[in-house]
Amino acid sequence: MTVALETRGLRKNFGAMVVTNGVDFKLAAGARHALIGPNGAGKSTFINLIAGRLTPSAGSVLLAGENVTALSQEARVKRGLGRTFQINTLFANLTVLENVTMAVSERLGRGGDKLRFAGSRRDIVEEAYELLKRLHLAEDALRPVREIAYGRQRLVEMAIALGLRPRVLLLDEPAAGVPSAETAVILDVMEALPADMAVLIIEHDMDLVFRFAKTITVLVRGAVLTEGTPAEIVADPRVREIYLGEGRHG
Amino acid sequence: MFVYRSAATISPVDYMVCSHRLRWPELLPWVAIIAAYFAFPSYLALGAQVMIMVLFALSLDLVLGYAGIVTLGHAAFFGVGAYTAGILAVHGWEEAITALPVAAAVAGAVGLVTGYIILRTRGLTLLMLTLAVASMLGEAANKANWLTGGADGLQGITLRPLLGVFHFDLFGRTAFVYCALVLFAGWVFVRRLVHAPFGRSLTGIRENAARMHAIGAPVRQRQIIVYTIAAALAGVAGALEAQTTQFVGLNVLSFDLSGAVLIMLIFGGVGRLYGAFVGAPLYMVAQDALSRLDPEYWFFWVGLLLVVTVMFARGGILGVADLLRRKVMR
Ligand SMILES: Nc1ncnc2c1ncn2[C@@H]1O[C@H](COP(=O)(O)OP(=O)(O)OP(=O)(O)O)[C@@H](O)[C@H]1O
Ligand SMILES: [Mg+2]
Repeated sequence: MTVALETRGLRKNFGAMVVTNGVDFKLAAGARHALIGPNGAGKSTFINLIAGRLTPSAGSVLLAGENVTALSQEARVKRGLGRTFQINTLFANLTVLENVTMAVSERLGRGGDKLRFAGSRRDIVEEAYELLKRLHLAEDALRPVREIAYGRQRLVEMAIALGLRPRVLLLDEPAAGVPSAETAVILDVMEALPADMAVLIIEHDMDLVFRFAKTITVLVRGAVLTEGTPAEIVADPRVREIYLGEGRHG
Repeated sequence: MFVYRSAATISPVDYMVCSHRLRWPELLPWVAIIAAYFAFPSYLALGAQVMIMVLFALSLDLVLGYAGIVTLGHAAFFGVGAYTAGILAVHGWEEAITALPVAAAVAGAVGLVTGYIILRTRGLTLLMLTLAVASMLGEAANKANWLTGGADGLQGITLRPLLGVFHFDLFGRTAFVYCALVLFAGWVFVRRLVHAPFGRSLTGIRENAARMHAIGAPVRQRQIIVYTIAAALAGVAGALEAQTTQFVGLNVLSFDLSGAVLIMLIFGGVGRLYGAFVGAPLYMVAQDALSRLDPEYWFFWVGLLLVVTVMFARGGILGVADLLRRKVMR
């Protein structure tokens, strides 16, 4: 198995609170991997540590075998890491097309160009627009992001991350806040992702998790409880008790 | 109407590819400037001052409006540019045009060094640091009597005729045309910059820095670059001030000036490229008129206008105009 992403003894404290507690984790190349766990288990924190948005208190992050723990978010993106946010983190006053063009332009290293108009690279805009079509966002291309429905904004989150053509994609609850009738679009998009892209998804919607993921890791209070195939996870009594049980009641 | 309809009928890609095309209202400032030259021959000196402030406010718009960096010390760069041009002239460099790039370089260097240091911080800390940089430079200029003339100001600036032909005349004709041409060049440059990917990415940083980091943009580097560019541009404005008034006083580095340019831009509209062109003339004409009506308390009225603007018209005059235009089109 080629490992696309790995964490070793990853740890994060916020003051006295340990939110990530020595996580050893491997994401295979081309993986369809889900990270589940109750609210506050530390899932988003884990993604933020991998992406470099947060600095770990201890441990390391490796991308394709290279230790990137000391690298900035930017440097990790350049090495093929893409992510979405649990809460929409978009350019609210820019159009949907501008949002995605921004990402494509940065990926190609053209984001800092000063002496040419942004529109002069038609290919960049076209690539962004193709992506919008794939995500059923084309008719909203020229609308400011703040004007479109929250569920559709979630798709813009994905489109931006895909504009980076990452080798490792981290999705933090892509379906959160999406009306259940529309989660199908998100699942479609995820299923159409290139086979060689490693995907790690955090999701509370168990339907979506079981349809998409081949491997599931259960995180509880910052530590890995267990990892296995969907069938193994459903069968695990500890998981039923700690996570699925809670989920049903909550 | 034109823009609205075209958005609906041409493809989104075409629309975005053309988004930097010049629209006719963008030429209005230049029509106004040319008209002013012929219509108000006895106000050309004031006109030159207004255009200098437009250029200065335009440079602030890059930092504040596009990159979202709030500063209370932008006069630092205006002042450095003014002193650079003034000191050059006093020491024999009497050619005005070539002094501009020197002033830009010196002000830009100050912007680069201070920006590198202070742009690590954000919010209130950053605001205080911009203020501190400007007041330190003001104090340094005050102390360095031998170089700057200190509190008496830098006197004895003489300039050769522009291009060896155009004397800086008493009526301010040469100064007016000179400032207009430099402003035009500044506008072409800034317009290009904000419509370039770099400018778009500044808007991205202002709108959502977390996302810019997450798409791999070097956020701090871009902030430092735009801070440096804006400083250089403010330096050119300062140099024009020194050359056209043939005097540099400590006020060019003052908090008053930093505040005034901020108010001008807010009046006109922040982050719109043309806020400077609306706000600076309005402020200066209002200052002129109000100080005649009410010489002691004119700033009270400016304050009142500012309160009204920030409370009821956040986008400034251009913001209100935009809103009205959209209402009419609906
Ligand atoms: N910046 C922070 N400072 C202090 N505490 C934090 C911070 N970020 C997260 N936490 C805490 O860490 C814990 C884990 O948060 P995290 O967002 O990683 O959980 P999660 O598993 O993603 O939860 P959810 O399913 O609700 O999204 C929570 O108790 C949260 O309050
Ligand atoms: Mg979370």
